[in-house]
Amino acid sequence: MGETFKANVIDHFNFWVAVVLMMIGLYAMITKNNLIKKLIGMSIFQTAIILFYVSAGVKDGATIPILEHHAAETEQVEAGEHVEGHPVANHEAHAINPDDYSNPLPHVLMLTAIVVGVATLGVALAVTQVIYKNYGTLEEDEILAKIKAAENDG
Amino acid sequence: MAEQYPIIVLLVLLFGALLVGLSGMVDRRVCFPLAVTALSLAVVVSVGILQQVINGGVIRYFVGGWSRPVGIGIELRIDTINALVLLTITTVGLLTAIFSFRRVQEDKTEKTPLFYVLYLLLIMGLSGMVISGDAFNLYVLLEVSSLTSYALIAMGKSRRAATAAFSYIIMGTIGASFYLLGVGYLYLRTGTLNMMEIHQAILALDGSSSTIVVAFVLILVGLMIKMAFFPLFGWLPNAYSYCPSSTSCVVAPLMTKVGVYVMIRMMLTVFGTEWVFENLQYAQWLVGMAIVAILAGSVMALAQVELKKMFCYLIVAEVGYMVGGAWMANHWGMVGAIYHIMSDAFMTLCMFLAAGIFLKQAGVVRIDQLDGMFRKMPVTMAGFVVGALAMIGIPPTCGFFSKLYLIRGGMESGHWGYVVALLISSLVNAVLFFRIFEIAYFGKKPAEGHGHHENHSTVSVIKEANVSSLVPLLASAAIIVLLGIFNSDIVELIERALNGSQVIGMNVLSGKGGQG
Amino acid sequence: MPEVIQTYTPLWACLTALLAVIPILLLRKESFLREGATFVAGVVMLGFVISMVPEVLSGKVLECTLVQITEDVPIKFRVDGLGMLFALVASSLWIVTSLYSVGYMRGLKEHSQTRFFVFFAVSLTATMGVAFAGNLLTLYLFYEMLSLATWPLVTHHQDKEARGGGRKYLAYLLGTSVGFALPALIFCYVKASATGLEFSAAGFLAGTGIEGSVALVLLLLFTFGFSKAGLMPFHSWLPGAMVAPTPVSALLHAVAVVKVGVFCIIRVFTGVFGLEFLKTLDIAIVVSWIAAFTVITSSLIALTQDNLKRRLAFSTIGQLAYIILGVSLLEDRAVIGSMAHIAMHAVGKITLFMCAGAIFVATGKKYVSQMDGLGRKMPLTFIAFTIGALSVIGLPPTGGLISKFYLVTGAMDAGQPLLVTVFLVSTLLNAAYLLPIAYHAFFPKDRQLSSQPFSWKSTAEAPWAAVLPLCVTSILAIVLFLQPQVLLKLASLMVGDAG
Repeated sequence: MGETFKANVIDHFNFWVAVVLMMIGLYAMITKNNLIKKLIGMSIFQTAIILFYVSAGVKDGATIPILEHHAAETEQVEAGEHVEGHPVANHEAHAINPDDYSNPLPHVLMLTAIVVGVATLGVALAVTQVIYKNYGTLEEDEILAKIKAAENDG
Repeated sequence: MAEQYPIIVLLVLLFGALLVGLSGMVDRRVCFPLAVTALSLAVVVSVGILQQVINGGVIRYFVGGWSRPVGIGIELRIDTINALVLLTITTVGLLTAIFSFRRVQEDKTEKTPLFYVLYLLLIMGLSGMVISGDAFNLYVLLEVSSLTSYALIAMGKSRRAATAAFSYIIMGTIGASFYLLGVGYLYLRTGTLNMMEIHQAILALDGSSSTIVVAFVLILVGLMIKMAFFPLFGWLPNAYSYCPSSTSCVVAPLMTKVGVYVMIRMMLTVFGTEWVFENLQYAQWLVGMAIVAILAGSVMALAQVELKKMFCYLIVAEVGYMVGGAWMANHWGMVGAIYHIMSDAFMTLCMFLAAGIFLKQAGVVRIDQLDGMFRKMPVTMAGFVVGALAMIGIPPTCGFFSKLYLIRGGMESGHWGYVVALLISSLVNAVLFFRIFEIAYFGKKPAEGHGHHENHSTVSVIKEANVSSLVPLLASAAIIVLLGIFNSDIVELIERALNGSQVIGMNVLSGKGGQG
Repeated sequence: MPEVIQTYTPLWACLTALLAVIPILLLRKESFLREGATFVAGVVMLGFVISMVPEVLSGKVLECTLVQITEDVPIKFRVDGLGMLFALVASSLWIVTSLYSVGYMRGLKEHSQTRFFVFFAVSLTATMGVAFAGNLLTLYLFYEMLSLATWPLVTHHQDKEARGGGRKYLAYLLGTSVGFALPALIFCYVKASATGLEFSAAGFLAGTGIEGSVALVLLLLFTFGFSKAGLMPFHSWLPGAMVAPTPVSALLHAVAVVKVGVFCIIRVFTGVFGLEFLKTLDIAIVVSWIAAFTVITSSLIALTQDNLKRRLAFSTIGQLAYIILGVSLLEDRAVIGSMAHIAMHAVGKITLFMCAGAIFVATGKKYVSQMDGLGRKMPLTFIAFTIGALSVIGLPPTGGLISKFYLVTGAMDAGQPLLVTVFLVSTLLNAAYLLPIAYHAFFPKDRQLSSQPFSWKSTAEAPWAAVLPLCVTSILAIVLFLQPQVLLKLASLMVGDAG
């Protein structure tokens, strides 16, 4: 039991943190009454996933994946080769060892994901503003009550 | 030039959006012609792509020339199936753009350029989703299309448009995030984001990895939210019925269908059918859920009094058709599901265009306000009738043939519950649409006895819609019939992708195809 | 295998009526020209049909494939004896009925006459499509087209009653065709798509190895699925649909719609399963008894109806069940009889319906009890009525006798004395609900009426356009008695192939 616990939890604690954060976010999105709090939950949810990706690209003792000047003798190696530095990448004897660098691809992907997240939040906040203009409140139950009242009138 | 078509179709729309945005600041009137031009070009290019695929097999296009396996290139990969879906998307986009002409004429606010920018970006996102060969790139395009659709929906005049858009944002983000997480797991296990390479890696793993299972489930759940699969459809009816007509006409036919398409793409290309149907024992469950979706969607549609709401619940049922067909693990079920993506896109387009025209010309929101429409708007009703017959499944419309293939798949694979559900839903559709026809034919209050003599003199103020609204409606009706008449050619193209080497890992399905 | 000729004539025959829609719409302001267009289309269509008769009679089959709509199954026309027989009946009676509808619609100053003639023409297209359908898919396509095209005709009056009748009409016809016939069709498609679902004397299901209970379920799905045939318990749309204007009732509910139903069922028996295959399966007797039940029950109900059109409607249900009963006996003579009965009953029943309409136009009377002594006012109409009634009962000198003779001898061949009794009892019932009407029209119960001397001057017939057609059809009923050879030859072609 101890073994599996170590393998599942300790070694992968970064995943578990991400999962816990996600659940917090999901909880807020579904149960909170205030629309802004829902959006905060949404941001937590997205950030958790970003964290998950980024932590997956980390290696022990590795550095940022930028070639230094003394690597001139390996000119023929394309930059792309390094980007491929994932677990099943080839380990041919290059002057530059991919293990020395943390995997940049997840980071790059998450730059995109962050942009997407910001854009989503922007749209969501704009919509929230419209809702506030329409209904004068951001509490979900009050909005629902107003919708119901409007339906009964109409 | 021709080999650059895959990226051109996206760039035309992307730069079209940019140009519309910039020139719209100078003069609002140029937006409409610019948008229509961009979409027409996109349609032409997607026809070209389809021809290329038919003649020359699968297109693999590496953006920026960064070819695989070395490099970080994003691949666009087009076989006959997604060439067809791409053409569907651009065509629906063009038709709805033409329909939106009225909106421009009457729009007194500054929002016209914004509308067309978002509109073109939406079509771009959807087109990109179907031709992308890269799982993460697909996520980005998914979010592009989702974000634009959130904004488009929130532009609705109704006060409830904003609240509907808000709940759509919340649900949509959950869905997209699940998908992203699933792709993350796939990446961890396989070390690549290219769909073909993921598939190779999964084959090499010999189906033993639980990470892959988790990834698949996450992706599936994420997509199910996006495609409004029962019971995750809660966001759909409000979002699609309170948004502006020209938005609902593009969002309703395309968003859910593209979601289904991506699911099928994941099953066929990424995870592979051997893995999906043999390693996972989910098929029975998913067909079962599809049955529930079909029945629930139909029953809820019956309970609606508003026209657009009714169509929305029908979409829920139709999604059930496609998911069930895809998960039957049968050749004909898969063919039917893919064919239905196309036919349902045009059927839904036809329905929503008609609903938009009714709303604009006669202020119709509820079904019972449609009284006497056959007399008042005969051309619109003619188009609507064709769409409705397709929804019921009367030959020779495409709706009949998608049902034919789906039911054939259900019978061959022994999913009798699905067959029965499909038939019940056809009957419910018949009830729904003939209820509308009856109201539109008779008028609201049938007079006793020989009341028909007075009907003549009733002077109506409601006039037939103008050309820019009727052309897309009649075009969609014509496409519905043409899709039906030429269904064997389309099915042949779908089968070519399924049986040939175009989609890998179809052994499970193609083995059952020859049975007769 | 019979010799096959490739020709597009069946397509032209079918399209004539559809193309007639254009002039009808264009000439909607000129009612005279508009009806002229209908009439011309009818004559042209009959011409096309007759031009194919010699070849069909010589045992050949005419075919044309329109589109290869699915991989194995095309949309295809194929004219054989049965299809030709039905097409002849439908196209010749269309001409008569268009003349009649001119008289009727004008006489009553009905509204929306253009719409009426348009859908009338579309319905005829669908009927011809069913008659010439070469495979099950084509048959189903035109069957559904007919259901939809006739709905505006049934609900023509657009009042509350029409609404109810129309609702019932669609609920039954669409409900059964989608609920029963469609799954049966798809089942056939799954089992036998390689045969192209093409009708053949041996039956395309014969080689598929289906047997026993599956075959029985399939047969019943088809029999109830094509509920235009009005087999109980899916019959009640037919009396409901009598709210339609009388020309519609006449053509559609004596000729096109209901006969399409039985035609489809005969196709299922002779083309889908094949008579020989059904004999080995030994399941058709179930259908026979359902039909026998329908024959007796509907005749009894007809006795109690006072509304003339409703009485005729129930009579139709019974006569349709004759046809189904005949074919389900699987004996050559019974099958010939049931095919011939399509024609004989059509001619007889259309006469009766047109008489009912003429009475309504001339006097506004709908109920049997009001028609006492009316024969003295409308002698021609009631003479025609009597001939029509004789034909439906199956008495000489009318064509009804011929088909009934074949049906009864077929039942004897089949060794089913009980079913022979059913035929005979129902004949008595037919006489009981039809003849008194004719009798009391000429010899009223009311003494005062009968004591008046008859004179041609006191007659008040309906407009000539309404009377002439019913005279024509009643003469036709007698002609068919004297010259039934062509019909019987066409019908026996179908049986000869099987043997």
